[in-house]
Amino acid sequence: MSEALLSTKNKKIIKDGVWDTNPITFQILGICSALAVTTQLKAAIVMSLGLTFVTAGSNVVISLIRNFIPPQIRIIVQLTVVSALVISIDQLLRAYMFDVSKQLSVFVGLIITNCIVMGRLEAFAMGNPPWKSFLDGLANGAGYSAILILIGIVREIFGSGTLLGHHVIPASFYAAGYVNNGMMVLAPGAFFLLGTIVWIQRSISGYKES
Amino acid sequence: MDIVHYLNLAIKAIFVENILLAFFLGNCSYIACSKKIDTAIGLGTAVVFVMVICTPACWAVKNFFLAKGALHWVSPVFNNTDLSFLIFISFIAVIAAMTQIVEMLVEKFSPALHSSLGIFLPLIAVNCAILGAALFLDQRNYNFLESIVFGLGGGIGWALAIVAMAAIRKKLAYSNIPAPLRGLGITMLISGLMSMGFMCFAGIRL
Repeated sequence: MSEALLSTKNKKIIKDGVWDTNPITFQILGICSALAVTTQLKAAIVMSLGLTFVTAGSNVVISLIRNFIPPQIRIIVQLTVVSALVISIDQLLRAYMFDVSKQLSVFVGLIITNCIVMGRLEAFAMGNPPWKSFLDGLANGAGYSAILILIGIVREIFGSGTLLGHHVIPASFYAAGYVNNGMMVLAPGAFFLLGTIVWIQRSISGYKES
Repeated sequence: MDIVHYLNLAIKAIFVENILLAFFLGNCSYIACSKKIDTAIGLGTAVVFVMVICTPACWAVKNFFLAKGALHWVSPVFNNTDLSFLIFISFIAVIAAMTQIVEMLVEKFSPALHSSLGIFLPLIAVNCAILGAALFLDQRNYNFLESIVFGLGGGIGWALAIVAMAAIRKKLAYSNIPAPLRGLGITMLISGLMSMGFMCFAGIRL
């Protein structure tokens, strides 16, 4: 009955979330925020932490009460749990990291409708015990974070020549005629970058869409 | 109350700040439902519909209940009550309830439209374009009329983008794309090109 905390099965849950069924490149969930908050690395990191917390937290809560939720109103119940967690994150950000909160603007609130959260609740937490659900939420959050941070790094370096606000491209480059790629901070750059990352990830993992 | 102001707002919402191509909202259903033109048109219509109803509804909830001093009409005791931290949960509740009501109304009065929209109506409750529009409305302090125009413009912009994408993907079915790039990858790259196209509208004012 009792299972080791990190049994083979549980390790598979983690590996699936991070790599094999990565929420962004495989399940095609949560793309909106992956594109919108990644112009600066700092915002991307904060957003990743927020989403991972909400996914893992709501997975645990829903998994604990999964046997008491009437199936007809489960979406409302899920939305309420998720909103409560998102409100607490939003208030924390406003209190301690106001500049990041301003930069993320509506996207903190949009974690509520982030498909990763709802998708994992529906697909996993409704049918699995709390610890497994927690791992699943954590792993999917990590998979999302990995992509987000990667996009954040590329967009910030090439778009504004900085990393976490520090200048990384030496002034001599600019003197030699190097210019920041303005497209990176705009919407099209995000689309191109994510498209390329999906291409690379799928070439390695071997997943093909029919 | 000049009409030009509202026209400008609508143009801005449809083209310049297209909710999908500039703010990336509603991307998930955009990618999942742009494989067929019929589906795309159905979903696009449903989004326009729900957005026009939801944005003013959220405006009303915010301005009569949640904003600082908004409960003044109940009793002067509440003059200093600020419930704006409840915005997320009440907006999502309004949107979920509105989609439900819209679905019931459409089913009653226009069964043909209902069967063509089918599964999409309930799904719209979790489409981030709707909640996104409602949150922008809160952030930019639009008035009631502006909120209707913004909802309509945002919905039309979203519908325009998804229908265009569906048409492009139909053509793509016959092209030889590298296997790992098929589906999500190529859709993203094309969205990037579309987004560049829409950027040409920047700065247009009447």
